[in-house]
Amino acid sequence: MAEMAVIKTPAETALSVAFATAKGKLPGAAALRETAFKRFETAGLPHRRVEEWKYTDLRALMRDAKPLAPPPDAAAKARASNAGAAFAAVEGRRIVLVDGAFVPELSDLAGLEPGLTIRSMAHALATGDAAVATRLGQVVPTDNVAVALNTALMRDGVVIEVAPGAALARPLHLVFFNAGGAPAAVFTRSLAVIGKAARAMLIESHEGVAEADYQVNTALEIAVGDEAHVDHIKITGGGAGTLHVSSLMAAIGAHARFNEFLFTTAAAVVRNQLFVHFKGEETVAGIRGATLLNGKQHADTTLVADHVAGACISREVFKTVLDGESRGVFQGKIIVAPQAQKTDAKMSAHALLLSEEAEADSKPELEIFADDVQCGHGSTAGALDDDLLFYLKARGIPHKEAESLMIQAFVGEAVDGIEHAGLRDTLIDHVAAWLKTRE
Amino acid sequence: MALLEIKNLHVSVDGKKILNGLNLTVEKGQVAAIMGPNGSGKSTLAHVLAGKDDYEITEGSVLFEGEDLLSLSPDERAAKGVFLAFQYPLEIPGVATMMFLRTALNAQRKKRGQEELSAPDFNRRVFDAAAKLGIERDMLRRGVNVGFSGGEKKRNEVLQMALLEPKLAVLDETDSGLDIDALKIVSDGVNRLRSPERSFVVITHYQRLLDYIVPDVVHVLSKGRIVRTGGKELALELEAKGYAQYQEEMA
Repeated sequence: MAEMAVIKTPAETALSVAFATAKGKLPGAAALRETAFKRFETAGLPHRRVEEWKYTDLRALMRDAKPLAPPPDAAAKARASNAGAAFAAVEGRRIVLVDGAFVPELSDLAGLEPGLTIRSMAHALATGDAAVATRLGQVVPTDNVAVALNTALMRDGVVIEVAPGAALARPLHLVFFNAGGAPAAVFTRSLAVIGKAARAMLIESHEGVAEADYQVNTALEIAVGDEAHVDHIKITGGGAGTLHVSSLMAAIGAHARFNEFLFTTAAAVVRNQLFVHFKGEETVAGIRGATLLNGKQHADTTLVADHVAGACISREVFKTVLDGESRGVFQGKIIVAPQAQKTDAKMSAHALLLSEEAEADSKPELEIFADDVQCGHGSTAGALDDDLLFYLKARGIPHKEAESLMIQAFVGEAVDGIEHAGLRDTLIDHVAAWLKTRE
Repeated sequence: MALLEIKNLHVSVDGKKILNGLNLTVEKGQVAAIMGPNGSGKSTLAHVLAGKDDYEITEGSVLFEGEDLLSLSPDERAAKGVFLAFQYPLEIPGVATMMFLRTALNAQRKKRGQEELSAPDFNRRVFDAAAKLGIERDMLRRGVNVGFSGGEKKRNEVLQMALLEPKLAVLDETDSGLDIDALKIVSDGVNRLRSPERSFVVITHYQRLLDYIVPDVVHVLSKGRIVRTGGKELALELEAKGYAQYQEEMA
């Protein structure tokens, strides 16, 4: 049978040209890149007839492909000098990437705790670092097209290793800064390997100048060892015109604790994909998120929590607040393998619609192959309760303030799951700042 | 000048007429009981005074300290000194009672051009008032009314009243769902707030509450208007004879 002629979109064509032009200059992993790009070329940009991308039609949303970002110049680095300052209360170790390139001179690399190493992904790829090569793309293997594109075009990122038993006193704060000189595409790939019984907190904040016209494809692989305790918090902000696609591949060992939190308020289009693999028994995980959107923003959270090992507990709580003509998407799938008995997984997704034009799409799925499990999901979408608003107003609280109180309470249920008090307070302030923009 | 003056008030809900030319005057410092059978319009009157917007006011006026109350939003009415104790206080998960009370009090103070209360000053006021009502500090840290019993919710209403110090408190069936012990605690709380500067409209179906909160005047509401006014002994008469005679008179 003759192969169907596939007509490429301008963005797909531009990506093919970009790959052909850039691949000789991209650091290392040539074979891996070629295979990944073939995967992308075969599939093309995902569109609404691809179930995983049903609500976020990347083919329609990406009218063009921006040129690959050049290495940041002095001016771009200067603009990034204050990046991450909003999280000062966290007192983290700041690691700065500007336009996708790791910038050691802006990063706080002095006095690393024993057992902690931080290096450039570009360098690791260029030198064929064996520890990275064996892990890359292998933490949670996926044929996801956005991940394939990331693998093909990844330029830099960070490689973090925390030795077994090491406990990091300070959170690691990865600041991804879009300097916004000209429209650009940024592909970053990072890897974190957290050893057995180690303790680490990883914060990712994606920031940028307001006018940045960027396409960001960022991916992080985290391997969490047995008995380790890892918190990962990703904050997506900055650059009102930005298209931001993010993938997290996390594999969790046995008797571990893993807390994931996604906080999203900015960018024009956001797709946060999470692939969480429960590889060892009796791990406890919280996977939560809060999204606040207005205008014409679109944010999609797509989660696959794959319980391969038994007796793990996972709690998924996602809250979305939608104003204006924004659209919030939640797709959450819990898979329980036949051998993963005694799995306890509960997922909830709630959307609050503040305007008539806002839209919430929710698709929870359970795929359970074991017979002795406790799994459930709940999903709601609705407006603020008029009777509750009246109760608050009858006590003297003006309408907008009453709405704000209720919105804070709504997202609070998710934000309260963050263990770090400084970060929790910072995000509560972020919510308050977002609410101020409504007034 | 009377504190509250309602003249010829006509109110409909979803096209159905509930209040039908109601006239009522409440003097400063007066405790006025409004008694009436189910469906006579008692709760509608309470909600209209507080400013709930599901009600269509087709005719009449409500003056509070000589000012048009109906043109004000619910929060403006609260800042002027109108307080509604809800028949069914709502639960607000995620909003701690302390936070709720501080936001409410400071919003009212701000609207009246007063300074916000300092945290220690505020805390002291809340803890004092709560102790008098037997409200544990732990309850103040929890979400508003979340997991509270019926009695605890009503005590929480009285706590809010004590802090907000209204000029007019409208108690909508405060006795509903209370056992005798809870009724006593709530009534004692209300009685402590009685003063020549504060008026009460006590809405109830039963005379029982009026044994504890003794009114200066009793009004009988039937089919959307006040049909009889008398002293506190009128409540006893109603308890003995029921509301049937008033419903027939209207028919």
